[in-house]
Amino acid sequence: MTDDKLKKITVALAGNPNCGKTSVFNMLTGARCHVANYPGTTVEVEEGLCHHDDFRITVVDLPGTYGLTTFSAEELVARNFLLDHKPDVVVDVIDSSNVERNLYLAIQLIEMDVPLVLCFNMSDVALQRGIVFDIARLSQLLETPIVQTIGSKSQGREALLDAIAAVANKSAKPQSHLITYGDEIEKSLSVIEQIIHSDHPELAEKYGPGWLAVKLLEQDGDILSKVKSKRLIEAINDAISKLKTIFRDEPEIVIADKRYGFISGACQETVKNTVELRHTTSDLADAVLTHRVFGLPIFLLMMYLVFYLTFTIAAYPMAWLESLFGWMSASIGSLWPAGGGIWLRSLIIDGVIPGVGGVLVFLPNILILFMAIAILEDSGYMARAAFIMDRLMHKIGLHGKSFIPMLIGFGCSIPAIMATRILENKRSRLTTIMILPLMSCGARLTIYGLLIPAFFPQNWRGPVLWIIYLTGIVLAIIAAKVFRLTIFRGEASDFVMELPPYRVPTSKSILIHTWIRGWMYLKKAGTIILAFSIVLWAAMNYPRLDPQYVTGLSPDEVRQAQLANSIVGRLGHAIEPVIRPLGFDWKIGAALIGATPAKELFVSQLGIIYAVSSHDDSSAMPTLRQNLRADYSPLVGFCIMLFCLLTFPCVATLAVTRSETGSWRWVALQVFYLTALAYIVTLVVYQAGTILGI
Amino acid sequence: MKTTGTKPLSQVAEGEIVNIVEIEGGRGLKGRLTTMGLLPKTQIQVVRNGGSGPFVISIGNTRMALGRGVVDKIIVA
Repeated sequence: MTDDKLKKITVALAGNPNCGKTSVFNMLTGARCHVANYPGTTVEVEEGLCHHDDFRITVVDLPGTYGLTTFSAEELVARNFLLDHKPDVVVDVIDSSNVERNLYLAIQLIEMDVPLVLCFNMSDVALQRGIVFDIARLSQLLETPIVQTIGSKSQGREALLDAIAAVANKSAKPQSHLITYGDEIEKSLSVIEQIIHSDHPELAEKYGPGWLAVKLLEQDGDILSKVKSKRLIEAINDAISKLKTIFRDEPEIVIADKRYGFISGACQETVKNTVELRHTTSDLADAVLTHRVFGLPIFLLMMYLVFYLTFTIAAYPMAWLESLFGWMSASIGSLWPAGGGIWLRSLIIDGVIPGVGGVLVFLPNILILFMAIAILEDSGYMARAAFIMDRLMHKIGLHGKSFIPMLIGFGCSIPAIMATRILENKRSRLTTIMILPLMSCGARLTIYGLLIPAFFPQNWRGPVLWIIYLTGIVLAIIAAKVFRLTIFRGEASDFVMELPPYRVPTSKSILIHTWIRGWMYLKKAGTIILAFSIVLWAAMNYPRLDPQYVTGLSPDEVRQAQLANSIVGRLGHAIEPVIRPLGFDWKIGAALIGATPAKELFVSQLGIIYAVSSHDDSSAMPTLRQNLRADYSPLVGFCIMLFCLLTFPCVATLAVTRSETGSWRWVALQVFYLTALAYIVTLVVYQAGTILGI
Repeated sequence: MKTTGTKPLSQVAEGEIVNIVEIEGGRGLKGRLTTMGLLPKTQIQVVRNGGSGPFVISIGNTRMALGRGVVDKIIVA
């Protein structure tokens, strides 16, 4: 069947955090997914594709949420996607071992009247726990098809796709009125509904009057802001104050109570728990891993282990890659006779190979680090890390949950900044976004990967890397404290967080996670870094020196004169007076300038600078590390890493800060304070080190 | 609306099973706890109450960590 004969539909995946939604997403789409940006919103969601019968299905993975209120950015993101993009089918993934709590989101989806399929995932875990379902009956009570799956083992894929297709084929069902909220509330709802019909037909058309009325009674800020009719606002306020006197509680709580009541009634009949609740192995693990005294040391040890493994295991594939690129460069150099097309030969040997290759060499490091983070996320330990850190985080005015984006930040700042959506408090969220670039990301690891082995003996390398990361963390803590005492003053919001049971992560999901992030890194090497390598090569070779100036000089001196005369050389020299007190010369300055678009470019830049200024490329070329060791002291090496760690983040991070905060103001603040911080800290370290004679 | 025998969740010993009576908080906290399944009449068990630092409860098969500030605002019996 040709592609255009297929019916194109969009399926949105909703579900609570920790319900195995990602495993269902992977089951449906395989690894063929990418991060999509939807116009009109600042939402970035993962999107994948699959085929079934005559459907071409775009699967959109919404953020995991407990409800569809406006209390957190994530819930709003999920809700706005459903309202604005009206997916053809919504699949609500439900943790089968926690049906009652998970159905709360399902009920809200039913209230919204979206075309819904319930996916009872992790049905193997439920079975182990002795939970038995009467699926047919429950489906009838909820007026919604239910499919049982085991996402981690890809079981139930066909059944789920069949159900999706059936719902997509069905014409719109009449609006259901599943739950009755009791006479008083129903009366208020119908009054409000009538006024909506007459005063706001456009809202009624878009959202459905029933759902609108419920949201208005719940005093939903987002929906209330859309209401212009005075009459409607008065009616709402009347209803609310009346209901408050009757129930002595907010109407939203009463409504929530009715929803839970309905769920509990439906489950009473259809869900049987045949095994008594008991302490699980997860609790035993928690007794050790979140221990009052040992929890923190265990956590720090685990982090150390991650970084240690990142370096030791990756060392072997890195060495192979390094020799591969060295061989490529040497063979092109010997096969391509000097003469015709000399500039192209130079572009490839001195520009592209050291630029792109220098970054690709670090792919093993990046993959191992991403894999470690994926294991921490999937195993459930990440939530414990937040829990362990909450007390400490509270002291700096942040929230234990802020620690999750910070951990992700060790991989990459971009998903980390997006992960701050889990924070309910706007000021905590802004503070976290501001300090996230201080979490040393994978790209900066590339820089340490080059410099640490260049300047430090084997047994020093682990500790030095540890110190670099720790410096970032400590400065982040100080910065957070300062922000919370100054521009983002206010109470930290209360800590409430689910601790998912520990799971052995499936190798498939780990590989998919690692692959997606690794692929992004590769793509960057093939696009941005390739482009900037070429630009930088040109900026280093042009403008050409007038030949008459260099007559009588040795080839060596010609090269150096050429580099000093080039755009990069001039820029590097121009900023040298400013960076001299940090121990940096114009070469480092030039590399720093070149590294603005992406931090790992720093390595490419140095590679190119040294390839250009190296003596003779036909003889055995000294490696970049030997060159660096010859030119700088270990103190300078350390200062370079420190500066790269702290200075303003890459362009992509700034862009995501802009889209998540909605203002360039915060971007400007981020750039300014981080650069100032980098300069001051590096200055102090270099000057102190020099005085101490290090 | 306090009746005799109610106390903040923070006073409950490890292992005890209690029912939520009331949440003394603003709309934001109440709303957040409600969507997570913590509302009056819910039965919860205290899994860990270790003095300072977070607090662990179980609702059904779910473990939940609560900050100290929250535990004082949840009134149980």
